[in-house]
Amino acid sequence: MTGIDFILGGMLAAATPFLLAALGELVVERAGVLNLGIEGLMALGAVIAFIVVYHGGGHVAAFAAAALAGVVLSLVFGWLALGLRANQVAVGLAIGILGQGLSSLIGNSYESLTITGLPKLSVPVLSGLPLIGGLFSQDAVVWLTLAATLGIWAMFRFSRLGLILRAVGENPHAARAIGYRVIALRLWAVMFGGAMAGLAGAYAATVYTPLWADGMIAGRGWIALALVVFGTWLTGRIFFGACLFGAVSLAGLVAQTQNWPVPSQLLSSLPYIVTIVVLGIITANKRLLKINGVASLGEPF
Amino acid sequence: MPAPLLSLRGMTKAYGPTVANSAIDLDVAAGSIHAILGENGAGKSTLMKLIYGVEAPDAGQVLWNGETVHLHSPGEARRLGIGMVFQHFSLFETLTVAENIALIVPGSIASLSARIRALGQDFGLTVDPLAHVHSLSVGERQRVEIIRCLMTEPRLLILDEPTSVLPPQAVGLLFDTLRRLRDSGVSILFISHKLDEIQSLCDRATILRAGRVTGHVDPRAHDANDLARMMIGREMPPPLHAKAHAVGDVVLELSSLDHTPDDPFAMPLRGVTLRLCSGEIVGIAGVSGNGQAELSRLISGETRLSHARRDDIRLMGQPAAHLNPAQRRGLGLAFVPEDRLGRGAVPEMSLADNSLLTAHPHGLLKRGFIDRKVQAAFTAACIAGFDVRTFGPEAEAASLSGGNLQKFIIGREISLRPRLLFVAQPTWGVDIGAATAIRQRLVQMRNEGVAVLVISEELEELFEICDRLHVLHKGGLSPALDPRTTKADEVGRYMTGTAGAAA
Amino acid sequence: MIRMIRRDRASRPMAVSAPLIALGAAIAFNLILFLAMGKDAGAVFYALLLEPFLSWSGFSEVLLKTGPLLLIAQGLAIGFRAKVFNIGAEGQFILGAICASIIPVYFPQATGGWIWPAMLLLGALGGALWAVVPAFWRVRLNANEILVTLMMSLIAVQVLNYLLLGPWKDPMGFNFPQSVMFQYDAMIPILIPGTRVNVSLLLALLSAVLAWAYMQRSFGGYQFLVGGLAPKAAAYAGFSESRAIWLSLLIGGFAAGLAGAAEVAGPIGQLQRSISTGYGYAAIIVAYLGGLHPIGIVVSALFMAALYIGGDNAMVSADLPVAAVRVFQGSLLVFYLAAITLVRYRVVFGKRGSA
Repeated sequence: MTGIDFILGGMLAAATPFLLAALGELVVERAGVLNLGIEGLMALGAVIAFIVVYHGGGHVAAFAAAALAGVVLSLVFGWLALGLRANQVAVGLAIGILGQGLSSLIGNSYESLTITGLPKLSVPVLSGLPLIGGLFSQDAVVWLTLAATLGIWAMFRFSRLGLILRAVGENPHAARAIGYRVIALRLWAVMFGGAMAGLAGAYAATVYTPLWADGMIAGRGWIALALVVFGTWLTGRIFFGACLFGAVSLAGLVAQTQNWPVPSQLLSSLPYIVTIVVLGIITANKRLLKINGVASLGEPF
Repeated sequence: MPAPLLSLRGMTKAYGPTVANSAIDLDVAAGSIHAILGENGAGKSTLMKLIYGVEAPDAGQVLWNGETVHLHSPGEARRLGIGMVFQHFSLFETLTVAENIALIVPGSIASLSARIRALGQDFGLTVDPLAHVHSLSVGERQRVEIIRCLMTEPRLLILDEPTSVLPPQAVGLLFDTLRRLRDSGVSILFISHKLDEIQSLCDRATILRAGRVTGHVDPRAHDANDLARMMIGREMPPPLHAKAHAVGDVVLELSSLDHTPDDPFAMPLRGVTLRLCSGEIVGIAGVSGNGQAELSRLISGETRLSHARRDDIRLMGQPAAHLNPAQRRGLGLAFVPEDRLGRGAVPEMSLADNSLLTAHPHGLLKRGFIDRKVQAAFTAACIAGFDVRTFGPEAEAASLSGGNLQKFIIGREISLRPRLLFVAQPTWGVDIGAATAIRQRLVQMRNEGVAVLVISEELEELFEICDRLHVLHKGGLSPALDPRTTKADEVGRYMTGTAGAAA
Repeated sequence: MIRMIRRDRASRPMAVSAPLIALGAAIAFNLILFLAMGKDAGAVFYALLLEPFLSWSGFSEVLLKTGPLLLIAQGLAIGFRAKVFNIGAEGQFILGAICASIIPVYFPQATGGWIWPAMLLLGALGGALWAVVPAFWRVRLNANEILVTLMMSLIAVQVLNYLLLGPWKDPMGFNFPQSVMFQYDAMIPILIPGTRVNVSLLLALLSAVLAWAYMQRSFGGYQFLVGGLAPKAAAYAGFSESRAIWLSLLIGGFAAGLAGAAEVAGPIGQLQRSISTGYGYAAIIVAYLGGLHPIGIVVSALFMAALYIGGDNAMVSADLPVAAVRVFQGSLLVFYLAAITLVRYRVVFGKRGSA
């Protein structure tokens, strides 16, 4: 197997945790809320899903439980940041720390245990193609995530709900003046983001690498946050950004198997380094951020 | 006699210790234009929010066609047939006109666009449905707000200070539209503090003072003095009309200044030329959004230009375009920005700490540390010297009323003993008493030989105090006009950009 | 019905009692958690909250842990008050430890009283250096410092792993990922004989005094506060935002680096993978619990240090997983953030209009 087809085949699966979490955060941020606790929400979702699968509950129940856990923890965020108008950065960090702590605590006795992942579902003919065939052989969650990406893109592009979310995020005072319940809408967005982060964690722990290791989310929640900025709050660009990160994280594995003369630690750092570099390139364009950005992001209402 | 379209009985609303509305009664007849008259802070906007369901009253009753209704949300108000045009528009800049309208009117973007065009034709409110709101002028935005209300087919249309954003000619056009609406059966609730407008447009007027009703009158049956007395509780202060005065050195000079801000939604400035001498007051008129914010940031130093362009702005004869605000203050500039809370003052800090913001070079520091005694004395002097109503230097800025905070900030800046005092919107949201005090103070500064630059939306204010007048329109500055010989209409032509064509 | 009404001014008594309210709530929440886990809650809380203070040996360990938490949190709090969110103190701590180790790793035979102070200085500079990237990214490239500092922390862990598995691995260390043991002169002198508490605790306390003078009394600190509370007012006054960002991050990095250096040159005595048990993240909690106030932070650092020691005790005596301490810390911060809203708002029970 050459490096390219390995990367192409695995890219979407590697991208899926990033993509699920980033899509959730996209909705949250579009509504004007900055939830920095994604890492903790993912960690909690991951351990819950792992335990459900480990005890024979199956993947569907596992993902549902992870989403529910994400919703519950994000409700704590919502209570503080929306209900009590606390500083969203501080609350996000607190939720992140709490989520990661709960994840370690709950997963304490499952350390290093393994489970079985999900089978791949292949598109006939296309998956037999040379080089790019691997793209068309993915597990069910990847296919569903692609559908969700399309759905969220369509929601922001065509639907009234998308319009309302954008309005609430741009100018909550005006949205309230014309009759929208800003806090309620934002809370729904936060809950959606929590559920998506929970699913992202579930995928990471029960499908992508079906084993439990404390701290296995390893910064992916933070990268998902960065992805929303890279994508300048646009669904399509976030999708491509997630694919880029999927590919970058696989490139490390390829390099190791091919015995490239590079320290493995450098390869492990690659996603973080790429994040910093790309973030700088994107954010240096202030006009782009202003046009696509969310005007009230992070401000209490 | 049929029941009035809308009746309010005993409407009361308090925000913490401040009672904004106290037991207000009001009847709006069907097919009439009804004015709510009151000065800033009288409670007009709060009352409108109660009628539109944005805020819930603490007590009181609303009757619609004689039946009690409970308005819990603007959506409910719209279903009854109430529409509202907000003073600070409730539009979304990053959305198109049609998308903004789709937020409260059902229908596809295509069908809405067609209706927007049709309504625009009928009422003289043309606007491109697919344009983004951030690309529209303030006047166009108001049209969008009105169209959006009309598309909900209201029986009652509320307009909150609609003329404050319009040049004089456009006010006439708006009034024509409103009369046409009344004749088609829509009642209008028109909120204003301008007596002449109410007399020319409205059939009835309810007058508010300090949150209470002080009269229900026919505005045409009373003269302006009667109305003013009901509005402010005493005679209107006579205008100052400052006399001409000898001028001194040039203290501020902008020579054909061009500037494109980083912010894509901001107004670029084109060829702005301005000269200001000590001992004169120069005013800049124009509707907000035509580059006022950008120009004031350039003069204050909050926007700095590169070193190579340092001569584009000269202060006290020295190149200054590259200097930061503190350095410009060192040259003798003092600036009162249009936003008081969050820019001119830190809301969560005490007045004493807010003194430090700009007055720190005036002995308030000792070897880098804050001298609390000098700081307290300076602050107390500002409070006493400018009649700021507060319990003392430890009061938080956010706890002061708009007028009091403005007096404090102006007091602080005057205490810096500037050679150039630059005030943006000196009386925005300020009650008449404080506004008069502020204007008198500006004229007094001029008489003492200080150069005063005033940006204001209130044309009457500029006519009253200025020695010279410019108009800012779409980022360009008009030639200097003499307020003693120029008519309001001519200024208005500059405000709409039609002055060149007429000449 | 419950309503929140904004106070005319911040309530000082509430600011002081908020951490205590949060502590009470956190104890209640974790009590439920411990009971659910089938632990003897009484034994756990005794070990967690009381035991660290009951013996001199226990308390000296608390003091030992207080040092790094206090140093890092003082540095972070300055930035937090200016709304510059450096959450990468962990990485700056690690870089401090690495840079301090340069001397004993490359000059293991060197002797002299200059060594440990030089190591502390190198470590502090290393931490500050690690903060240069986020500062530059924020000031010149407009990039959010939260993400960049965090990424820099994740990279720092990899740098540490690289050194310990590669060039800096102790050849006599049975292949363990750790450096050589440092020589005597590379160790910070002990402050209290019979304990492991060293002179770096004095540095940490000094940092609190300096932070107090700077943030509460000086015009420099005032400029930070204005920048954090109202950025537009800071721009109006002419306070440089870039300066605030650079200073915040460099001070934060310097303090965290110093703490990292003091850890390897103190209780640990060599560079290892486990040099930090999450001090950089715990210090965020310390900073907030202390109300971002230099004196408050002294108290909260002492408390959080005790929680660390108590967690170790509880692991032994009550079979409590270490992660439970992290949950306790996290819940404490959550409840604190809820409690401080009472500083600005008061809660009113009852019907609308009756107030």
